[in-house]
Amino acid sequence: MDIVIILIKVVLALVWFLVLTLYLTWLERKESAVIQDRVGANRASVFGIRIIGLFQPFADAIKMIFKEDFVPAFSRKFLHTLAPFLSFFFVAICISAMPFGDDIRIGSRTISLQIFDANVGLLFVLAMLSLGIYGIILSGWASNNRYSLLGGIRGAAQLISYEVALGLSLVGLIMVYPSLKLSEIVQSQGGLLFGVLPRWGVFLQPLGLVIFLFAALAETKRVPFDLPEGESEIIGFFTEYSGLKWGLFMMTDFMEIIIVSTLLTTLFFGGWQVPWLGTDGFHFLWGGQWLMTRWLVIVLQVLAFNIKVFLFCWFQILIRWTYPRLRYDQVMDIGWKLLIPLSLVNIVGTGLLLTVFK
Amino acid sequence: MIKALSYFWELIKGSLITARHFVVNMVFHTLKLFGFKTRRRGAVTIQYPEQKKTLASRHRSLHRLLKRQDLKPRCVSCMLCVTVCPAECIYVEAQEVPDPDIQKIPSAFVIDLSRCCFCGFCVEACPEDAIRMDTGKIDLAEVSRQALIYDLDKLLK
Repeated sequence: MDIVIILIKVVLALVWFLVLTLYLTWLERKESAVIQDRVGANRASVFGIRIIGLFQPFADAIKMIFKEDFVPAFSRKFLHTLAPFLSFFFVAICISAMPFGDDIRIGSRTISLQIFDANVGLLFVLAMLSLGIYGIILSGWASNNRYSLLGGIRGAAQLISYEVALGLSLVGLIMVYPSLKLSEIVQSQGGLLFGVLPRWGVFLQPLGLVIFLFAALAETKRVPFDLPEGESEIIGFFTEYSGLKWGLFMMTDFMEIIIVSTLLTTLFFGGWQVPWLGTDGFHFLWGGQWLMTRWLVIVLQVLAFNIKVFLFCWFQILIRWTYPRLRYDQVMDIGWKLLIPLSLVNIVGTGLLLTVFK
Repeated sequence: MIKALSYFWELIKGSLITARHFVVNMVFHTLKLFGFKTRRRGAVTIQYPEQKKTLASRHRSLHRLLKRQDLKPRCVSCMLCVTVCPAECIYVEAQEVPDPDIQKIPSAFVIDLSRCCFCGFCVEACPEDAIRMDTGKIDLAEVSRQALIYDLDKLLK
């Protein structure tokens, strides 16, 4: 029975993840279009029905599946095939650690809305995200193309410069909610701060949030930090890929957006917590109450999680269509000279505040 | 580090500009979706094959040959258009007619549109106002090169 429940959870989480990924490609096109006073992809139709281009992701998928899967004669064939799968796998597995909602109780059984609630959940996600770079280095290496290799090396160099700051920015957060378990971090964000504000990471760790945001944007390898790809100069690590293998790299990009959004939500914006919503309904600041059934509360919480994730996806796409690309040395500068000192300051400051107020 | 921090406000300003564009355009898109007519539109795009911009009165599009009252071409095969054409895409073969006012009409008048650069010099050069580029037909793509070679019958239509 437990295995069946876990299988159902895996399938549901993957479906949620992949559908959101598909529709992020649609959102990316539409949002960029709206920002630039255009209309965006709206021609894909099924029997003449267009509905503002909502079929576009499927048209793209069909196109990519039927394209020729070209492997250059000079590439290392096995590694060339392995690289996109590695890159895809390490991002896709991150979703298993994300808490989608509070525990559900059916009879005597407690079902947590999370596939894999490890004690080291946060470290697990960070580890998998940084392992994802292997796919990129490998694709650059296996393509046996100098520009692809350059893209792979850039990816590795970029990883070293932001990964330290990414880890350090979360240390302050772990000190505040003393746990690495993602479900516990979300649970402890449920209370109120000074009796008014929800006890979210954004209010307790504002500096940590900014550092994490910078580092996480570098993690997604999209425009302000898209050095491994570098469209205008080296085309990037996936130059020698075509069809669905290239599609896997592209999907990895979008999945990283979702993972970063879920991380931002879970760590800094209260995960599935709705402000002032307890287990039995809303408790307003002026003492008012709006009681609800347990099921309605859970539905609201899962909905809140989804809305937050969606908002952060929107925000990241907005950033991608706002800023130009940073130069190679500027990324290093930001990583080593700005983010790491700031995150150390954050850790020391958090420690001081914790000792003063305890 | 201080310098980098001073850029921070500029970064926020930049994203506020794109966010403003997004919100303003989304408002107009939403109004349109619910059937409200606004003077400003959410996007400046013209959905081309369905919606067409009206062409300017001085535009140049597909050529046409004009006819006399007896439905013969007005062209007198003076070869001025052939001479002036920079792409050398016009071919004219003359044929005699008994009428002393006309003397010649073309027996073949071929324009190779795959070479034509739509400069309009032929229209300017024509002393008889026999060729014009005012059909308004601008979507001239074909699947074969042969279909782009317009002869006398096609041009007189």
